[in-house]
Amino acid sequence: MTISLNGTDVDVSGVRTLAELIEQRTGTTRGSAVVVDDVVVPRAEWAAFPITDGQRIELITAVQGG
Amino acid sequence: MTYSQAVDGDPFMVAGVELPSRLILGTGGAPSMAVVDEVLAASGTALCTVAMRRVDPSTAGSIVDVIDRRGVRVLPNTAGCRTAAEAVRTAQLAREALETDWVKLEVVADERTLLPDPIELLAAAERLVADGFRVFPYTNDDPVLARRLQQAGCVAVMPLGSPIGTGLGIRNPHNIELIVAEAVVPVVLDAGIGTASDAALAMELGCDAVLLATAVTRAQRPALMAAAMADAVRAGRLARRAGRIPKRHHAQASSPTEGMPVL
Repeated sequence: MTISLNGTDVDVSGVRTLAELIEQRTGTTRGSAVVVDDVVVPRAEWAAFPITDGQRIELITAVQGG
Repeated sequence: MTYSQAVDGDPFMVAGVELPSRLILGTGGAPSMAVVDEVLAASGTALCTVAMRRVDPSTAGSIVDVIDRRGVRVLPNTAGCRTAAEAVRTAQLAREALETDWVKLEVVADERTLLPDPIELLAAAERLVADGFRVFPYTNDDPVLARRLQQAGCVAVMPLGSPIGTGLGIRNPHNIELIVAEAVVPVVLDAGIGTASDAALAMELGCDAVLLATAVTRAQRPALMAAAMADAVRAGRLARRAGRIPKRHHAQASSPTEGMPVL
């Protein structure tokens, strides 16, 4: 199963939900936000939100900034 | 009145929250997370900004953890956004990521000037206020735009002293005074601060707080400059409250003119 994650195609076989994906990529679900196919997915929906082939996902976090 | 009595009892109230410091720190430009931690501590700030970007797996440590450990409140920004639509989307992401409805709204017109685009800024502010955000707009030093942003429901206005990262100080103090004079929300001088005297001047002009990043994070000794800024903001605030003397064109003796001995 392949998705586009932050502009790069990645194989995410075995990852079932958005919460799992975020945990896998950031080590935590704190401080992150996610856009799936141009829609912001609220934090409360991550645990049940399914990862499916071909999704375009932007995974965002806080960084240093003025 | 003692020094501590003069300093205490004058909290910074914004968006219904009392903050113990009038210095808001941007974290951009610091060479490492350790330096961010140092300047947070040295500045005594109670509020600092972060930007929202794609997750970079190679980045070690989280800025959010550093900020949390210092007990500082976070103010996410929409830096890099050029349109109202981008800024609104970024603010929504920040709200999800950081679980705060506070946002420093930045909508710049171009990379060369980094000046706010007033049309997009006001449109974004209106949409974010309607969506329940507490909006802190980074704006031009334009009293009319500042007024419009307040009418739109922003919880503060944050006029620039000079363009972002220039360190040119406050180029139009008269406009800052005008914005302060009619403000119904806190005025935060944002951008252009180069050194401590600029921060003090902002407060003397009547600003409620100062937001700065580069002046501290890119100083040769960031923690030292952070401490200097904290003192400058405090001194400027005290001077504003104390009421400065009017400027005169000619000398006026401060010693008595009566009772001079004949020598």
